Amino acid sequence: MDAGPAHVSGTAGHAPAHPEPMSFWRKYVFSTDHKMIGMQYMFTGIVMGLLGGLMAYAFRMQLTFPGEAVPGVGVVTPNLYNALVTNHGSIMIFWFAMPVLIAGFGNFLIPLMIGCDDMVFPRLNRLSYQIFLLSTIVILVSLVVPGGGFGGAWTAYPPLSASAAYNHTPLGAPLWLLAVALEFVAFLLGGINFVTTVMNARAPGMGIWEIPIVVWMIIVASILFMASVGPLIAGAVLLLLDQVVGTQFYDPRGGGDPLLWQHLFWFFGHPEVYVVLLPALGMTAEVMAVFARKKLFAYKIILYSVFATGVLSFVVWAHHQFVAGIDPRMAHVFTVTTLLISIPLAEVTFAYIATLYGASIEFRTPMLWALSFVAEFMIGGVTGIFLGASATDIYLHDSYFVVAHFHYTFFPIAVIGFFTGFTYWFPKMFGRMMNETLGKIHFWGTIVAVNFVFIPMFITGVAGDHRRIYTYQLFSQLATDGLGRLRLVSTLGLIVMLLFQLVFVVNVIVSLVAGRRAERNPWRANTLEWVTPSPPPHGNFAEMPTVYRGPYEYSVPGRREDYWPQNVPA
Amino acid sequence: MIAYLVPQASSFAGHIDWLFTLILVTVGFWFLVAEGAFLWLCFRFRRRDGVAGQYVTGTRKEEKRWISWPHYLVIACDVVLIVATVYVWIEVKQNMPPADERVRIVAQQWAWVFVHAGADGKLGTPDDIVTVDELHIQMDRVYQFELMSKDVLHSFSVPAFRLKQDAVPGRTISGWFKPTQRGRFDIQCAEICGLGHALMPGHVVIESQEEHQAWMRAQRT
Repeated sequence: MDAGPAHVSGTAGHAPAHPEPMSFWRKYVFSTDHKMIGMQYMFTGIVMGLLGGLMAYAFRMQLTFPGEAVPGVGVVTPNLYNALVTNHGSIMIFWFAMPVLIAGFGNFLIPLMIGCDDMVFPRLNRLSYQIFLLSTIVILVSLVVPGGGFGGAWTAYPPLSASAAYNHTPLGAPLWLLAVALEFVAFLLGGINFVTTVMNARAPGMGIWEIPIVVWMIIVASILFMASVGPLIAGAVLLLLDQVVGTQFYDPRGGGDPLLWQHLFWFFGHPEVYVVLLPALGMTAEVMAVFARKKLFAYKIILYSVFATGVLSFVVWAHHQFVAGIDPRMAHVFTVTTLLISIPLAEVTFAYIATLYGASIEFRTPMLWALSFVAEFMIGGVTGIFLGASATDIYLHDSYFVVAHFHYTFFPIAVIGFFTGFTYWFPKMFGRMMNETLGKIHFWGTIVAVNFVFIPMFITGVAGDHRRIYTYQLFSQLATDGLGRLRLVSTLGLIVMLLFQLVFVVNVIVSLVAGRRAERNPWRANTLEWVTPSPPPHGNFAEMPTVYRGPYEYSVPGRREDYWPQNVPA
Repeated sequence: MIAYLVPQASSFAGHIDWLFTLILVTVGFWFLVAEGAFLWLCFRFRRRDGVAGQYVTGTRKEEKRWISWPHYLVIACDVVLIVATVYVWIEVKQNMPPADERVRIVAQQWAWVFVHAGADGKLGTPDDIVTVDELHIQMDRVYQFELMSKDVLHSFSVPAFRLKQDAVPGRTISGWFKPTQRGRFDIQCAEICGLGHALMPGHVVIESQEEHQAWMRAQRT
């Protein structure tokens, strides 16, 4: 077994718990170093995210120009359309948002930010990535097997998902389910590792209220994930048996019940939203404090609000099922809990906004991303009220209003959150600064375009556009020129947004090769990852740091410098 | 607000539209205030030479008010919205007014089958009137429906009615509507049901009493 990161007391010299690997394979492929595993997760996630974005291009084009061959893809058949929509959703959540936000940034940041040399279970960590990579391969294979990829939506409601007689994807459906299950296993291993590491391996002096908020949020997210995924794994096994063995757990012809799956799925599915939200929220807070040169407003209130959100997220699941055929009286309970969740999340938002009061804001690229997170996420937050209120949900359920709403939550979370963290920690990860001009061009192009993608969907949704429909030609009230033009605006917005991602790719390559060398602490930040060289060596710290104060002591009166790193004695 | 885009053709469409407008005004107002405050702070506290950031912890009592006052406003708005939505939901989904007629709606991959009672006034007898993809109903009568599915989940959605209800195999789900406007409106399947999900449009045809009776007579012969 690898030894844990035993704490060297005081500030004596420090040797890494395990020696630095030298060979290419040991260093880049079978690494146990948390930084390398974080990068592996992150770059796998980025590739999958680009794939998910291109899938959106294919099905948006089909919706806008029904039946015509999509340039670069060909004709999108109903079968292909359903598979694209299903896998776009699955990939963006399970293979982009989760690996990048939790596993990528979590692995890279946690040991650096709490001041230890690695995760406490480095080999478990490596196994976690390997299982994740396997799940990635399985989901990619599921798209090209005979019969095509699974097309029963990312929620995979049975009986459609349970029987090839209904979904006509005899291989795609079980492989999709297997991939999702493997992905869960990978994140369970990762979650155990994160929680144990933060509990046991913090630098001397770091009490629980001195932990940077992004680490807190990743931990809360990991706990939410581990506590909610159990029922779904059990449910997934039953579904897999239905698909492969022919049991009828979800088929009423054999005495099963389709609604059981919906409960198991959403009991996980709603906390899952917060599982990906919290790391993004945490990174936003880190970046805002640094570039506002301000102490984070009401750190503890933010944390308590996040805990409350986490607890509430377990009792809101049936708001996805208001019209699913459950007892109508249940709707009241879930309306109340759902609207209650607006209270802690509104508090977090107010605290973020209040952090800007009295600030000295530098609008560097990471800060632009962080601020846009707050601005855009508010749209997602308030439009959720329409759907949490059971009576308006009767009309809006499964319409494009829902699609627009959750993209205003997931786009800030997954995409803006990723860019916030990536542009901010890029100097630490690679030892080079990113190009600021390219970064700003990429930012403005993406942010303007994304609003053109999703604002029209609110309108088409209210006008009656329902989801997962590959053409509206047969619906007389939807096949109008006006709605067609709105769909065209969405699609053009998406294409512009995807093209602007080329600027990002160019920026990453140019900066990696020719970017200005980054010093240890280019942003003049307080947290521990900025104490060590950029990029950090194997073992992270030459001298293990000791912590003397909380992470957000910026612009403290009476000090010459406007920051006060956690490891600097008073 | 919704009525600008989709006609109101049922007795409860107005209730749902009213609730939508109420939520839009309530959260829309606070959304604009919050975004406005946010953008103003971004502009007001941009970096200027010689001006350092202030040290505000957010832990003193007068600072906590910045969070707690808007927080009480959120709670107040939530209470109003919860009361309103519970009221409308009970109107639409929970209380069923006495039926003037009952229809059976059966969803399957990928068609809608509608069953009216024949001369005997009972569903499930040989003289039933069965139509596919077209539901003929009479204006200003209360219809209760029995919604079923033969195979997978479907969802019976009539945007002009503001009505949506999933159909679940193995269950019979009841509900109601009262059409209030003559015309022909789309029925959608709003729950993905396989390859032909986009290929199961139906229509409700809402007729006057004379038209409807003429249609019924034509079906019986």
